[in-house]
Amino acid sequence: MTTVTATARVELQTPEGWVAVCDRDRLTPGRGVAVLLPDGSQAAVFTDRQGGLYAVANRDPFTGAYVLSRGLLGSTPEGRVYIASPLLKQRFDLSTGECLDDPAVSIAVHSARLG
Amino acid sequence: MTTTTKPTVVLVGYGMVGHRFLEALADTGTADRFRVVVLAEEPRPAYDRVALTSYFSGKTPEDLLLGEPGFLDTHGFELHLNSPVAEIDRAGRTVTTAAGHTVAYDTLVLATGSYPFVPPVDGKDADGCFVYRTIEDLHAIEAYAAGRKVGAVVGGGLLGLEAAGALKGLGLETHVVEFAPRLMPVQVDEGGGEALRRTIEEMGVTVHTGVGTNAIVVTDGAATGMTFTNGQRIDTDLVVFSAGVRPRDQLARDCGLTVGERGGIAVDALCKTSDDAVYAIGECALAVDGRVYGLVAPGYEMATTVAQQLAGQAAKEFTGADLSTKLKLLGVDVASFGDAFGTTPGALDVVYSDSRSGIYKKLVVTPEGALLGGILIGDAEAYSSLRPLTGTGTPLPVPAESLVLPAGLGAPVSLGSSALPDDAVVCNCHNVTKGAVRAAVTDHQCTTVPEVKKCTKAGTGCGSCIKLLSTIVTDELEASGVEVDKGLCPCFAHTRAELYEIVRVKRIATHRQLLAEHGRLSGEGCEVCKPTVGSIIASLAPELPASGHILDGEQAALQDTNDHFLANIQKNGSYSVVPRIPGGEITPEKLIVIGEVARDFGLYTKITGGQRIDLFGAAVDQLPLIWSRLVAAGFESGHAYGKSLRTVKSCVGSTWCRYGVQDSVAMAIHLELRYRGLRSPHKLKSAVSGCARECAEARGKDFGVIATSNGWNLYVGGNGGATPRHADLLAQDLTDEELIRLIDRFLMFYIRTADRLERTSAWLERIDGGLEHVRQVVVEDSLGIADDLEALMARHVDDYQDEWAATLADQDRLQRFVSFVNAPGVPDPSIRFTPERDQVKPDLGVLATAEDLLATLSADLLEIR
Repeated sequence: MTTVTATARVELQTPEGWVAVCDRDRLTPGRGVAVLLPDGSQAAVFTDRQGGLYAVANRDPFTGAYVLSRGLLGSTPEGRVYIASPLLKQRFDLSTGECLDDPAVSIAVHSARLG
Repeated sequence: MTTTTKPTVVLVGYGMVGHRFLEALADTGTADRFRVVVLAEEPRPAYDRVALTSYFSGKTPEDLLLGEPGFLDTHGFELHLNSPVAEIDRAGRTVTTAAGHTVAYDTLVLATGSYPFVPPVDGKDADGCFVYRTIEDLHAIEAYAAGRKVGAVVGGGLLGLEAAGALKGLGLETHVVEFAPRLMPVQVDEGGGEALRRTIEEMGVTVHTGVGTNAIVVTDGAATGMTFTNGQRIDTDLVVFSAGVRPRDQLARDCGLTVGERGGIAVDALCKTSDDAVYAIGECALAVDGRVYGLVAPGYEMATTVAQQLAGQAAKEFTGADLSTKLKLLGVDVASFGDAFGTTPGALDVVYSDSRSGIYKKLVVTPEGALLGGILIGDAEAYSSLRPLTGTGTPLPVPAESLVLPAGLGAPVSLGSSALPDDAVVCNCHNVTKGAVRAAVTDHQCTTVPEVKKCTKAGTGCGSCIKLLSTIVTDELEASGVEVDKGLCPCFAHTRAELYEIVRVKRIATHRQLLAEHGRLSGEGCEVCKPTVGSIIASLAPELPASGHILDGEQAALQDTNDHFLANIQKNGSYSVVPRIPGGEITPEKLIVIGEVARDFGLYTKITGGQRIDLFGAAVDQLPLIWSRLVAAGFESGHAYGKSLRTVKSCVGSTWCRYGVQDSVAMAIHLELRYRGLRSPHKLKSAVSGCARECAEARGKDFGVIATSNGWNLYVGGNGGATPRHADLLAQDLTDEELIRLIDRFLMFYIRTADRLERTSAWLERIDGGLEHVRQVVVEDSLGIADDLEALMARHVDDYQDEWAATLADQDRLQRFVSFVNAPGVPDPSIRFTPERDQVKPDLGVLATAEDLLATLSADLLEIR
């Protein structure tokens, strides 16, 4: 997690190195956007009310649909920030990728930073 | 071989009692000590025969199946369907099926049930004569009734009235013929029978009592009428015999087991027949008290008795059972319990009878005031609290007369669970006492009714005790100091209704502020409270410093994906689009536009149940393009994506229909335009019917309007779906203005007080005082808030704007409609379609794994190269 301090470009780490994906301004706290990465894969990028920056794979492993960017962001009583899939509502920890409703399932997490 | 070392149990008959036997055997934990072979006559596994009639109200045969899926396999029970047993060889300990398959047994359990008694009248075998026992019987009746007009039921008992309800439901003019001088002669007395008769006749069923059936009139091999013992004759196309049941004991007779003089396989208190290796349970058995029990609860007890013996556990003897019943026949509540006829020496009656509203209540008490039994017709609400008190010998905690008087005439609202002693039986079907329910909470840490049901089995039979069960559980939780968390979600300790009041009074316009000032967690909020608070802010927007558009400011971040994209997400991540078609009325030009848009964007089209057209398969970037076309043609958002008003369905009404008495289409359009866009705790559906034929199905809606020759009747709280509920009449013969005023108040009162995702049907059943309370608030303004409710609705109507037109006009709102924020204009490659029936369907193949999509993409690239 990186703290956002000023308007800047959001960058994700990929096998090809850091890739700039969008302006910080395009992120609304609590909502996500989908981005297309150079290898054709998709990531979902979020920011929360504290300014935290998160990126995970956009594919919802329960349905196969590329929709996680369109879920709602929330936090657990313990403070874990997660995204709830818009389809069947399973929640995924945005920092670890772990599914909070089914420990056997997880999604890939990208490092994100402001460049 | 291990199988040869296990004793074999053969169960003949797989009905409800047979199934219960298997469950009970599984419960003992010894099922794996036996090889269990089930020989079933019917073509399907055990189903809920008690609920048979619900087949006609939309339940499928699959819905009626008993037991968890996989139950038989889990325990290794072998089931053979379509395998009626033809012969039992007791000396050789084998049974042989009609198909000639022989199975050896160590223990034989007969659960063959009963067969419908058909009186030996002429013509009883003609076409059009049926019995009412199995799903196959219902299929046959349904098929035969199609296109026919009149049906008659022979027998006015419990099953006969069920059958009459079914015929009525099939649209037949229905007769009931009962030999006894009153309906349900076994369960109710003369007064009760009279109340029942009046109510049932008011529904249009013709009741003939005190007459026998002489013969079925047969023409060309099919029934065309019937004659009665009093010389009367009626025309009928179809006859259902439902004149009682007889135990199926033929197999037992043939192999020389002792049977009763009037039928039934004689068993002892342990349900053992005259052969030590053979048991009989349920309706085929003649119990040790000399009775054959035709109810499911005693059968369940017998099943448990036998299972416990096989398991080598202490078995509870079956020496007789309570015949209490509570059911809804043709929509009328009927309950009969304990000594309903007052045959106990010295028994006294307390009776309340209101023939106007078809209510009859009788309690039988001892001179000291202890409850012996009773009959409740028309209002059996008190059954669940009275039955457990029956026969306890303790005088009632309140005077018996106060228990039969209607609410408002000095009657206590309910007895409450504290009046019950611990040994009172709460669930009759599974013989669960109040003490056992309390223990589930105190000793087994159950905190909800579903958990208690699972733990004790209480409430899993007929379900009539669930209300009492929930009272006991709540009381027990409160008594043990467990805080029952009524909070909306982990973030808020308040209910939705409380949050609504906070937002309204404190004029809080953001989730962030509400969470900071009233939340129990700090944090981000969650996927439950964000849309809920978003909806409350949208409902109250005219009163708050908040935009009336749900995609403005923080509101955009609170919406579920459907509201956020003003469309409905589908399984592959594409969206569907539903333009509003008020009242289902549409011009040919507009239909053509919908067709052109669907064609040009390659959308799958389907007619919805709410009289509009759903267009599927749009990618997010296509939504603004599609809507520009639709808005230009005069369409606006249908809010199919929102917890808000969906449609107001209508029949064609008095303009065209020869039966119509009011212009239902005009009213439906007026209502749909008035309430469009109104955000509420859950979706709202409505309909307007132009006459009492009710073609618009208004009583299945949250608010339904049915035309009368004097105006409109308003019904509220109806629902279709998984838990159908007919709407209740709120007010009748209203003018247009009166109707709209009451709906304004009703909807705003609902929005103010309902829980999250609580439809009006559940809300009406939950809130204190129920329908009567809502009527007082909405019709009589008992809380003095009617003016506020109306004013709020007036502001909603004034401030309404089409969300899609407003979105297209604003660049900030539009910028979210891209598949990829870093590649505008690039379509989402995961959204693909394949052809089906001349249209498209989602291609789920590319979604199977992330690699599948990438592989498809590289194939595309190769093609381009």
